[in-house]
Amino acid sequence: MDVFSDPTNRDVYVTGFLWILKLTAASSVFALVIGTALAAMRVSPVPVLRAFGTAWVNIFRNTPLTLIIFFCYFGLYSTLGFTASDNLELNNYWLGVIGLSVYTAAFVCEAIRSGINTVPAGQAEAARAIGMTFRQTLTMIVLPQAGRAVIAPLGSIFIALSKNATIVGTIGLAESSNAMKDLINSNGNAVFQIFFVFAGTFAVVLIPTGYGFGWLANRLAVKR
Amino acid sequence: MSDDALIVLENVNKWFGPLHVLDDVNLSVARGEVVVVIGPSGSGKSTLCRAINRLEPINSGTITFDGVPLPAEGRALARLRSEVGMVFQSFNLFAHKTILQNVMIGPVKVRKEKSVEVHDRAMALLERVGIANQADKYPAQLSGGQQQRVAIARALAMQPKAMLFDEPTSALDPEMVGEVLDVMTSLAREGMTMVVVTHEMGFARHAAKRVVFMADGQLVEEAPPAEFFASPKSDRAKDFLSKILTH
Repeated sequence: MDVFSDPTNRDVYVTGFLWILKLTAASSVFALVIGTALAAMRVSPVPVLRAFGTAWVNIFRNTPLTLIIFFCYFGLYSTLGFTASDNLELNNYWLGVIGLSVYTAAFVCEAIRSGINTVPAGQAEAARAIGMTFRQTLTMIVLPQAGRAVIAPLGSIFIALSKNATIVGTIGLAESSNAMKDLINSNGNAVFQIFFVFAGTFAVVLIPTGYGFGWLANRLAVKR
Repeated sequence: MSDDALIVLENVNKWFGPLHVLDDVNLSVARGEVVVVIGPSGSGKSTLCRAINRLEPINSGTITFDGVPLPAEGRALARLRSEVGMVFQSFNLFAHKTILQNVMIGPVKVRKEKSVEVHDRAMALLERVGIANQADKYPAQLSGGQQQRVAIARALAMQPKAMLFDEPTSALDPEMVGEVLDVMTSLAREGMTMVVVTHEMGFARHAAKRVVFMADGQLVEEAPPAEFFASPKSDRAKDFLSKILTH
C-alpha cells in the first residue's frame, strides 16, 4: 500500500529531486551571471551591446521553455551534434542546464535592470565625478545597490526556475516529474499519495526559500 | 586669459531642446580663486558648474582645465574628473558604503593607492570635517549637514586641483547650513580653487574673490563681492538682489 516504503520507489523519488536540485543550482548560477551581464549590456552606452541584450530578452523571454529545451535536445544535440557529456544522462542534464540558463537569464536581466532604475541617478553621477569609468561605476556603485533592491524578485525567479526544471523530464532526464510519472504508472492505486508527496516536497522546500529571500531582501536593503 | 587660469570657458553654449541654458558663456577661473555663481533659478548656474567636469556635455565652445581641453567620454575624461572635486546639492554619498569607504573608494579604486595610506588620509579628512567618530556608519544614519561634509571629504580625498560646489547647502535644514559653509570657508582660505553655485549671500560676501551673476543662461555681471553687492551694474542683478536682500 505505502508506495514510499519500497526502497526502489524511494530511490526513484530521491533521484528525481536530486536532479531538480542540481538543475536548479547550476542553472541559477549561470542565469545570474548571464543575466547580470545582459543587464550591464542593456544599460551600456554601446549600441551593439544594447541591441544584443534586448534581442536576447525578447527571444528567450517570449519562447515557451518546453520549446527551448526541445531545441537544446533536437537542435543542439541531435542535429548539430553538440555533446556535453558521453554519459547520456549527464548529457541530458547539461542540455537542460543550457536551456534553463538562457531562458532564466532573460528574466534575471529584466529584474536587475529594474533594480538599476531604483538607484538614484546621483549615485552614478557621484561615481563619475570622482573619476570612475563606466565599468567601475556599474560594478562598484550601481549593480551592488541594484542587486540588493531585487533580491525578492530574484527569489521568485529562482523559485520558478526550480519548478521549470521539471520540463527537462521531457528530454528523458529522470527528474522529479518523470519520477512521479513512473511511480504512478506502476502504482495506479496510489495516485493521490504520490502526487501529494511530490507536490508537498516542492512546497516544503520552496516556501521557506521564499521567506528566506524576503528576509535577506530586508536585511540587505540599502537605507536611503 | 592669464597664464594662471585653471578653468577657462570660451563661448560655451548649451541647449536643452529649445531652451538656451548656456548662452555664449565666457569665464576664467584662476588658480586659488574662489568664484561664487549666483542668479535666479533656471539661470543656468548649475549647468555651468556641471559642464566644467562634463557631467553636462555642451553643444559648442571650449572648456579648458589646467591647459587641457575637456576630453570626450572615456578614460581621459575619467582622469580629468578625478582631479576636479564635485559636491552635489543632494550629497550623493554611496548609500551601500560606510562613511569611511565613501571617502576611501576614489583614491583606492580610481588612483589605485594603497588602502593603508588612504585610510590615514581619509580619517584625517573626516577629522577635519568633524565626522571621524561616525566613520563606520552608513550615509542614511547621518544628518544632511554631516552627509554633505562627508561628501566634501570624499572629494578632497582625491587631492583635487579644483572643487565644484553645486548648491551644496540648498537641501539642508537651516541649522546645518553653517557647519557646511564653515568647511567651505576654511578650504577657500587655504587657497583651494573653487567654483560655488549657491544662494548663500553671506558666503559669497566673505569667501568669494569674485561673484558671477547669471540670468537666462547668460553671464550678466562679474565683480568682487563688495562691489557687486554694494552697486550692481545691471538691472537684472539689481532686481535679483532687491528681491533676496530685503527679507
